[in-house]
Amino acid sequence: MGKNLYQKVWDDHLVGPLENGQFQIFMGLHLIHEVTSPQAFGMLKDRDLKVAYPGRTFATVDHIIPTVDQSRPFSDPMAERMMAVLSDATDEHGIEFFQPNSGSQGIVHVVGPELGLTQPGITICCGDSHTSTHGAFGCIALGIGTSQVRDVLASQTLAMDPLKVRRIEVTGKLSRGVTAKDVTLHIIRMLGVNGGVGYAYEYAGAVIDAMTMEERMTVCNMSIEGGARCGYINPDETTFAYLEGRERVPSGAGFDAAKSRWAGYASDPDAHYDDVVVIDGGGIEPTVTWGVTPAQALGIGERIPDPTAAEGLDQELMSDALRYMQLEADAPIAGTEIDVAFIGSCTNGRLSDFQAVAEAIVGRKVAASVRAIAVPGSEKVDQAARALGLHDIFTAAGFEWRKPGCSMCLAMNPDKLVGDEVCASSSNRNFMGRQGSSTGRTILMSPIMVAAAAIQGAVADARDVFELEQTS
Amino acid sequence: MNDLVKRSGRGVYVQGNDIDTDRIIPARFLKCVTFDELGPALFYDERFDTQDVSKGHILDAPVHRGASIMISDTNFGCGSSREHAPQALQKFGFEVIIAESFAEIFHGNCTTLGMPCLVMEKTQRKALAALVGLHPDAEFLIDLQAQNLTFANEQFSFTMKDSAREAFLSGRFDPLDELLVAKDAIQAVAVRLSYSDHSG
Repeated sequence: MGKNLYQKVWDDHLVGPLENGQFQIFMGLHLIHEVTSPQAFGMLKDRDLKVAYPGRTFATVDHIIPTVDQSRPFSDPMAERMMAVLSDATDEHGIEFFQPNSGSQGIVHVVGPELGLTQPGITICCGDSHTSTHGAFGCIALGIGTSQVRDVLASQTLAMDPLKVRRIEVTGKLSRGVTAKDVTLHIIRMLGVNGGVGYAYEYAGAVIDAMTMEERMTVCNMSIEGGARCGYINPDETTFAYLEGRERVPSGAGFDAAKSRWAGYASDPDAHYDDVVVIDGGGIEPTVTWGVTPAQALGIGERIPDPTAAEGLDQELMSDALRYMQLEADAPIAGTEIDVAFIGSCTNGRLSDFQAVAEAIVGRKVAASVRAIAVPGSEKVDQAARALGLHDIFTAAGFEWRKPGCSMCLAMNPDKLVGDEVCASSSNRNFMGRQGSSTGRTILMSPIMVAAAAIQGAVADARDVFELEQTS
Repeated sequence: MNDLVKRSGRGVYVQGNDIDTDRIIPARFLKCVTFDELGPALFYDERFDTQDVSKGHILDAPVHRGASIMISDTNFGCGSSREHAPQALQKFGFEVIIAESFAEIFHGNCTTLGMPCLVMEKTQRKALAALVGLHPDAEFLIDLQAQNLTFANEQFSFTMKDSAREAFLSGRFDPLDELLVAKDAIQAVAVRLSYSDHSG
């Protein structure tokens, strides 16, 4: 029997067994940011340890950086302090730091791939759950806690339990107006927010094969929302074409050698899987959330579920979610009024996300009642969007075009909901209070669906609002 | 009474499936460069309104003050990898979490901090949660070796991830020392790997 990609990468990076039955795994690439990593440098100092492999760690700033005025010092003194601590630590330990205005700053999961740091067959970790994004390239990419950031800084390794692997095949062809975001929301809706506990997800099938790298990143990004420890897609020609010519990818003969090595990591045709799930891609509708977990989702044409159909605690929690969202059971989700529209984040803040929306919103206007912001995921995305004139299209339509950062995905910066505002959001989490107000309400959806909601002033089917062409 | 094998203390039941780490510690409290001050911010937006007035959350019920064992439902600690969440729980005074299941990054973070995550199936956990409500003053006696606990004269069983249980029983829940021992083996893997660092 052959091996799947997860097993191949694991075997390649295995240092050895540990006494408690775990295994020590080498981390090829370590990414850090200002929220979860400065404390780890403090822990190193407490134990008088050095960074073992500084050339394998890269830093950026994304969570706390303002998206309007990025001049230093930041207006929030604590944000400024976090930035300063990271800056000092990276200086002291000889770690490359993609500073604002370096041309390379951005959300950590946008920056890694666009520089070509993220490559097939490697292990990646970062103190951030959405590290799963990088799995789109056929690598094992893990979100870790701060103590583990310390472990990686000190040893370049992690103590790990092996995972099971579930292959999720999305077959057929997506319908008109259905995007990668809808695919991932649909998968989480089907398998639940804890369905992936104990698993790595391998995404496969005709729908995944046909996706661009940026679409694949959207799918892998939300693996963690389905409870999976990581998610990956086998590397193929799409992967190699994306990587060729990137700043940190070898060129010429080096690239050819890398390419044949990368191809070898793809799961063997007779690989073993602990579980296989098949999902009909043609049956996926534009999908939005109605509740407070990403699995509380429905197709845009469906009605909000009725808690009385559930039992016990489930019924109580569904009722709580509806009460928090101020939504009625059995009502259509379409037509739900929104106050804020947010396009950005590590899920949907890449160039193609803005291109797709720009194409649709030319000549259209955001509803007067809606505050709409578009936040590029990195300085490179910003530059590329500007070069194409996308920011002008967004601005003309009534969006604010911001500077790169995590922005309103998690509101550790000035971009926050106010009171019980409803936000149509291209981000990844609709948890209570996630967007910065303890009563704020988030409805997750694809960027094109956010644009449709922004224009209508209410949740709407983008296929009706725009004339969308058949994808792929 | 807390040694490698045993844990004791009073309990509190915090109801909910999929309690995410944003709820455990809202993002605005992540603006810090150490974890020292996180205890009071635990479940802040569930405990206090926007004027910082108590909403009468169970964690603030006088009968549960000083509880060190938290019981919850399924998929506890999902979402963000922020270690701030288990740090806040620990600094608030919790030493053990009992749930039907845990999100994995959260589970790993708790283990490294020395806070066992005990998995208890639904029927027993519901019974335990109800008992804790009836006997807020009663003491738990938890045996990690035998994977059972006694509370209010009732016996309950639980499971732990093998590696985590082993780590607690040996007292080596923080893996760093053992990871560092392998220095030469690490270097050998770094050299053997067909890719090097990307800085050049």
